Amino acid sequence: MRKIIGIILLIIIAWGIIISLQKIPFGTSRAKVADYYINNGKEETGAANIVTSIVVSYRSFDTLGEVTILFLAAIGLGAVLATIKRKEERKTEKASLILFTGCRFLFPPILLFGAYIFIHGHLTPGGGFQGGAIIASAFVLMYLGCHDKKKINETGSIISESLGGLVFVVIGLIGLAVGAHYFLNNFLPKGEFNTLLSAGIIPIIYIAIGFKVGAELSKIIDLLMEES
Amino acid sequence: MILIVTFLVIAMLVAAVSAYFFHDLLSAVIASCMVSLIASALFLFLHAPDVAMAEASIGAALVTAVFVIAIRRTKRYEE
Amino acid sequence: MNFLHNYIYYIGAFGLIFIGLFIMITKRNYIKVIIGLSILETGVNLFLISVGYISNGTAPIFSKAGIEAGKMVDPVPQALVLTAIVIGLAVLGLALSLAIRLYKHYGTLNLQEIKEQRW
Repeated sequence: MRKIIGIILLIIIAWGIIISLQKIPFGTSRAKVADYYINNGKEETGAANIVTSIVVSYRSFDTLGEVTILFLAAIGLGAVLATIKRKEERKTEKASLILFTGCRFLFPPILLFGAYIFIHGHLTPGGGFQGGAIIASAFVLMYLGCHDKKKINETGSIISESLGGLVFVVIGLIGLAVGAHYFLNNFLPKGEFNTLLSAGIIPIIYIAIGFKVGAELSKIIDLLMEES
Repeated sequence: MILIVTFLVIAMLVAAVSAYFFHDLLSAVIASCMVSLIASALFLFLHAPDVAMAEASIGAALVTAVFVIAIRRTKRYEE
Repeated sequence: MNFLHNYIYYIGAFGLIFIGLFIMITKRNYIKVIIGLSILETGVNLFLISVGYISNGTAPIFSKAGIEAGKMVDPVPQALVLTAIVIGLAVLGLALSLAIRLYKHYGTLNLQEIKEQRW
């Protein structure tokens, strides 16, 4: 009965969508806002990656909101799962020698690769969120492969997450006092195009976001596992 | 080129339909991971490398890991 | 062939949206509903990126010295979808922690049985 109602509702929605999709041609038009960002983004921000200059410089307030949402999700997860105690001790298999050696060998290169992606966010495709997710994947590998109940360092995780968020907001407030007087102003000098130290405050903000997102996502994994 | 994209879209839709029919929840999660991976390849065909990297690292790795950990702490089979 | 050139990405994106909606309406297990939500979000992101595509365009990065700015793909939907993917992960993490809590309290994950146990 539920399936028949579901199929009828979806057919009605599909018919409406097919009528309205005739008006969106595929692959022809580009909005005027995108024209402004592509033509003027290179001189105004100095970043080679236009998506990075949109995310960090033109619409950086939305990025601040997104970082806040991730923070709230981690807090909510910790609050919901805090009062569950594991009574029975589940029997887990010890990792074999090949898996343990491989995990220990692969853990630093994955961290280095994640750091490379969020440092070069303004030159190549990448950025803070992608690099932070790769760092969290390295910590998932450590939880799955190492067998003497290794956990992440609590103090280091708390310090890196708090410092990341703090640097983002403090740089925005400094931009309010210096230069053109608006929040998250790009006040540092632009530098030479297509080198590492260019594009003003964009690399600094992306490094802060990379640290914060990496620490937060590995904290989420640690809360869900809870193996002690 | 258009035939490769058609083949990938058909594989993605077959994986999504099979996530409906599996009774073992672990198999349904692996099917959803396959949907995410093929979507990441389709993002690369649409000339969006930032989004492809984000979908591959977040959608295909971290979401699957979080699902498997949650299934391990609850039941594995449906009903 | 012309039909495929124009509409294949729309068919893929809307197929995923409808399958995700159908799983969310019909299934009774809580984790199955969350899997449907994940498929629905992937479909919506694919639709947003495929609207901003220009035929014979290139990626919006000035990687070499001589790339001209006239034929680039629209970069604004890419910035918005980047945010949407990360927010999707946050919502899924919170929903699955609620699943663990529900299983601890009721002993089952069947939504029909949970609704019938009033208190």
